[in-house]
Amino acid sequence: MLDEETKLTPRVVFPNKVLPYLLVAPQLAITLVFFYWPAGQALYQSMLRQDPFGLKSKFVWFANFRKVLADPAYLNSIKVTVAFSLATAIVAMAVALLLAVMAEKVVRGKALYRTLMIWPYAVAPAIAGMLWLFLFNPSIGSLSYVLRSLGIAWDPLLNGSHAMILLVSAAAWKQISYNFLFFVAGLQAVPKTLIEAAAIDGARETKRFWTIIFPLLAPTTFFLLVVNTVYALFDTFGIVHAVTGGGPGKTTETLVYKVYNDGFVNLILGDSAAQSVILMVIVIALTAIQFRYVERKVHYG
Amino acid sequence: MIGQSPLRILIAHAALILGILIVAFPIYYTFVASTQTLQTILKPPLPLLPGDQFWNNYSEALFGGVGRIGGVSVGRLLLNTTVMALGVAVGKIFISILSAYAIVFFRFPLRMTFFWLIFITLMLPVEVRILPTYKVMVDLGMIDTYAGLIVPLIASATATLLFRQFFMTIPGELVEAARVDGAGPWRFFFDILLPLSRTNIAALFVILFIYGWTQYLWPLLVTNSNDMNTIVIALKKMVSFADADTQWHLVMVTAMLAIVPPILVVVLMQRWFVRGLVESEK
Repeated sequence: MLDEETKLTPRVVFPNKVLPYLLVAPQLAITLVFFYWPAGQALYQSMLRQDPFGLKSKFVWFANFRKVLADPAYLNSIKVTVAFSLATAIVAMAVALLLAVMAEKVVRGKALYRTLMIWPYAVAPAIAGMLWLFLFNPSIGSLSYVLRSLGIAWDPLLNGSHAMILLVSAAAWKQISYNFLFFVAGLQAVPKTLIEAAAIDGARETKRFWTIIFPLLAPTTFFLLVVNTVYALFDTFGIVHAVTGGGPGKTTETLVYKVYNDGFVNLILGDSAAQSVILMVIVIALTAIQFRYVERKVHYG
Repeated sequence: MIGQSPLRILIAHAALILGILIVAFPIYYTFVASTQTLQTILKPPLPLLPGDQFWNNYSEALFGGVGRIGGVSVGRLLLNTTVMALGVAVGKIFISILSAYAIVFFRFPLRMTFFWLIFITLMLPVEVRILPTYKVMVDLGMIDTYAGLIVPLIASATATLLFRQFFMTIPGELVEAARVDGAGPWRFFFDILLPLSRTNIAALFVILFIYGWTQYLWPLLVTNSNDMNTIVIALKKMVSFADADTQWHLVMVTAMLAIVPPILVVVLMQRWFVRGLVESEK
């Protein structure tokens, strides 16, 4: 996508010399002050170690990284994050795909279904978390009342797995709308003639889906996988903060939550900065995958 | 088209309705809870239909009830959130349309450097530079200000990339014709480019308004005083699941007030929103 710029034939442009600088100035200024400067600071601080009183700091190269990566709490947080992100992405995408396939079949009410389906997109992640906690809170949640009357000892405030299930439900719920819209768009792009040809050859509906439609949806699916992973990694801070606060124990402490907690609550600056840099590397990798792989390889050919 | 058997269509409708029930249920139940008395909420299960406390709860929350809990009125919280959402949406559109305009329609030294500098910000979300960004905010005296809530969020690559993408589809002849007719860059921008970008702007506006409204980590960091809280942050502060004193009926009203405005924006501007979302991210 970035290459087209260089390939583009020389296009007609305005000859002004100063104006373009003024036009990019606002964005550039904000970018430098609020992105590059702090990112540079994070890099620098990740190699410093401060004494407990914050009076002296020493340049320690990669010692903070070694410390963080050897820390069982951090490794636990990585595990929690991977489990949470995968579960959220898979649940949100599977439900959305199922609903999108159903929506492709119906003729009547399509617009209405879509309108009702996109609501959660507008709900803030933190509020989504609070709504789910309201429903599943052990003392006043109506749905946990139902669970208990079914004989399930449900308590997300004390049981780590229950807390994780609750977080995944809230995070996936919020993302269904988004995935649904993309899958609907992706399904509409699948050539109908292919499906008809398969039907004439006698392929049943399930077979048609798995052998034709699903492979053709691969670009959409892969794109959504990256987007959902990024969402689960970063945008769900609000859900974790509002619902579990990383607990019970450390069972739901995701990487972003830990950066926040170590930096703002526990004030371990060097470690927090090193964690920020590790996160930065993860984002850069994901962005690179999104732009290189999604655009090039996973395509109809 | 392959004929679908009526049974399969029926199953599809059933699945969709079930899906919508799941998707809408938490929101619907919040509404139900917002119309019940505190005593009813505290004794689960809650009825499935709205109660008769709608006017009581909403007027109590709007006229002082929420203020008694958090010290700030709902009106103020909604104002803060609206200012932030509008500021982020308008500000982002403004600065990115200008920089995309410069990058596509002008040739100047460092042009591609600037483009890459903007592009790379995609990889630096707030979450990965929390602490140093906070420090910058403190140094600039931007804690507890609207500028602090808005300005750092309006620089990001996505909107610029979208405008750039769109501008590159505009035929060079159009620019040439405008120049032959003696139109300068501003004239071209306002008379031709801006009208052509209307749909893109509308789509971006919806997406960015939602983005601004639903922010959490950022307002949590840059607001200390309750007066400057957004409604999402205030709601989090009002809720304590361990605490028996939580005024659930008022919390639920506040939750509705925090949810309904962005939902209205999405639903009413659905056409642009859907197009903008699916196109801008691809």
